[in-house]
Amino acid sequence: MSTIVSLPDQTTATLPKRSYLNDGYGLKSWLLTGDHKRIAILYLISITFFFFIGAFFAGMVRLELLTPPNDLMAADTYNKMFTMHGIVMVFLFLVPSVPATIGNFVLPIMVGAKDLAFPKINLLSWYLYVAGGVMTLAALILGGVDTGWTFTTPLSTHYLNTHVITAGLAVFVAGFSSIFTGLNFIVTVHRMRAPGMTWFRLPLFVWSHYAASVLMVLGTPVLAITLVLVVLERLIGIGVFDPAKGGDPLLFQHLFWFYSHPAVYIMILPGMGVISEVISTFSRKRVFGYTAVAFSSVAIAVFAFFVWAHHMFIMGISNYSALVFSLLTMLVAVPSAIKIFNWAFTLYKGSITFETPMLYAFGFMGLFTIGGLTGVFLGSMGMDIHLTETYFIVAHFHFVMVGGMLMAFLSGIHFWWPKMTGRMYPEGLSKLAALVTFIGFNLTFFPQFILGYLGMPRRYAAYPPEFQVLNVLSTAGATVLGVGYLLPMLYLTWSLKYGKIAGPNPWQATGLEWQIQSPPLTTNFEETPLVDYEAYDYEWLANKTKHEVQTVG
Amino acid sequence: MDSQAIATHPEQEQAEHEHSPYLRHHFANLEQQKETSTFGMWLFLLTEIMFFGGLFTAYLIYRNWYYPAFVAGSHQLSIGLGAFNTAVLICSSFTMAMGVHAAEMRWRKPLVGWLLATLFLGCVFLGVKAIEYHEKWEKHHVPGLNFSAEGFTKLDPHYPEDKPLPLDMAEKTQVYFSLYFAMTGMHALHMVIGVSLLIILVVRAWGGAYTQGHMTTVENFGLYWHFVDIVWIFLFPLLYLISRHQ
Ligand SMILES: [Cu+2]
Repeated sequence: MSTIVSLPDQTTATLPKRSYLNDGYGLKSWLLTGDHKRIAILYLISITFFFFIGAFFAGMVRLELLTPPNDLMAADTYNKMFTMHGIVMVFLFLVPSVPATIGNFVLPIMVGAKDLAFPKINLLSWYLYVAGGVMTLAALILGGVDTGWTFTTPLSTHYLNTHVITAGLAVFVAGFSSIFTGLNFIVTVHRMRAPGMTWFRLPLFVWSHYAASVLMVLGTPVLAITLVLVVLERLIGIGVFDPAKGGDPLLFQHLFWFYSHPAVYIMILPGMGVISEVISTFSRKRVFGYTAVAFSSVAIAVFAFFVWAHHMFIMGISNYSALVFSLLTMLVAVPSAIKIFNWAFTLYKGSITFETPMLYAFGFMGLFTIGGLTGVFLGSMGMDIHLTETYFIVAHFHFVMVGGMLMAFLSGIHFWWPKMTGRMYPEGLSKLAALVTFIGFNLTFFPQFILGYLGMPRRYAAYPPEFQVLNVLSTAGATVLGVGYLLPMLYLTWSLKYGKIAGPNPWQATGLEWQIQSPPLTTNFEETPLVDYEAYDYEWLANKTKHEVQTVG
Repeated sequence: MDSQAIATHPEQEQAEHEHSPYLRHHFANLEQQKETSTFGMWLFLLTEIMFFGGLFTAYLIYRNWYYPAFVAGSHQLSIGLGAFNTAVLICSSFTMAMGVHAAEMRWRKPLVGWLLATLFLGCVFLGVKAIEYHEKWEKHHVPGLNFSAEGFTKLDPHYPEDKPLPLDMAEKTQVYFSLYFAMTGMHALHMVIGVSLLIILVVRAWGGAYTQGHMTTVENFGLYWHFVDIVWIFLFPLLYLISRHQ
């Protein structure tokens, strides 16, 4: 048995002759692939496409809100803009963002497997995603939807003449792509771990993906049946949500949020996994309280299913159930706080370096904390009744989803980019992009907290003139943010050809994915790895003298 | 040798398992492959439970709210056809189980026979369901498309003890029939998918694909079929048998 933590010299690194990228050429070798790494790349390209579509709608919303009167577009066009922004960003970007790209790429390698448990289902999941995406585009080209991303009944079933059915079915189909991803991850973590890879040796990235997968598998089918009922109600007029026939629109809210609150954690948990990896690697320390962080992911997944009614405090649910759901909502903040504190303790006395992924991770920690804490404000009923349906809500979930999740996604993309492509991103430019993103983000969304507190409602195309200064700031920030997102796309594309060769382990990290060549072979490992060490064992690595760690160049 | 290092087994016991043509490249051995796909199937059935769970939740709430309407609606279903279909599905579960057994024993022709029997029973179920739907259409019990609450405001000669419903409660039978169609419709859709898969299975079984020791597909399909049956076992009493003792 030989030790193979590889700490190769990066300056002499060369691209490997064989890798998953040159194992077969042509469109067909990609479109019919079973390789999780190629499917991850397919996903990466498609979600980037939809990200920029969603970003375009966000831009239109911000542009309309530059001036107080409703002048740039008709009010119902504005409704379509924010609806399409929400649908595209939530279902076609945030839900698959980290799991389907980074998770797909590194999760099987992290557990020491050659592939996910069901490669064909993995490919099917991508095709379902594309089908859902095409249907969304169809709804968009045919004239758009204006229900809000929440498909609220009876608005969506009775009062609109837009393409609710197409959009609803698009989300239904995209939902199954998410179910299959989650199913694949769960089975892979249970059945495909390499010898010696016990549950408590798994990287925290795997734990958080496992927890998110449980939510995908249990939550998404409920959204699916809810959308089926909405479509049936619109199409043939069955009466499950129709008050005229005895149905109750509140039931729709219960079913929708039964998925859509856990969906928040489907979106954020994989991002938290990225942050654990990045913080540990760049502070050269094992994640503080590994077990606590691992179980906090599971706790989040469990709590996530018992807080949905906090979206319904003003919808006439009973005071008692509001009280219980308010309490449970505050409880779900505990596992999130456990993570934040443990990451902070990981940094404490660590040998911190400030590579780009780490900058994004710092951004995540700050912005997610603000987003999370404002969530606790909103979870308390008195505050919620004042602030709900205002820009405070908009700012809150953008702090979590954009400030948190998008930062984590970019952090992860930079962190694993060398592994995916074999090349480094340009460090200086990417640091600039991280900074621009952070500044742009705060400029965009911080004013919205104040706007919401002052009472500016969401989802209106016009607003009183006294709110203009803050809205101009927000729109200016969105422009900066747009630059911050365009930059990585440009320089990462550039780096595909001109980036420095990364070598297998540019970060000198201990994870299994860093012990194989970059980009990896189609089969990931030449031999099945035998794991007999804990995750993130940087203390041990630091104490090794050079000859004890075999250097594989 | 350092016990904490990441290490590989140089002599990975490759020879331990003969390379079966059915072994996919990313599994270590057939046992792992089989366990994995069975586990995946159970997990998929869990998502199905959540899918139907949304409908059962709706049923539970509305049945509590509009109990008289649910009773009246339920009395309009044909208990004979429902019971017959229940029997058909239970039989089909038996034939499916026998099919799995035949595949285990590597009996090719009996496997095809049992699968064909299952296919036949599945089609019988769908045929009876179609008759029932047709009957609902003729009685104007299809919410949205063809509905009239009139029948529920008058005394039903078949259930003389059922009092006629007041007009507002009679309207609520639409919720009952909405759920009836949504639940049995989703179930029927699962049956249609099952029957389509069975056709593929029969063809491949005839070619001998499942009788050479690799029968995970048949087993997993069996799990799916039994699951769809079980859903019906719940649907039958919930929809057909509300307050039938009167
Ligand atoms: Cu929520």
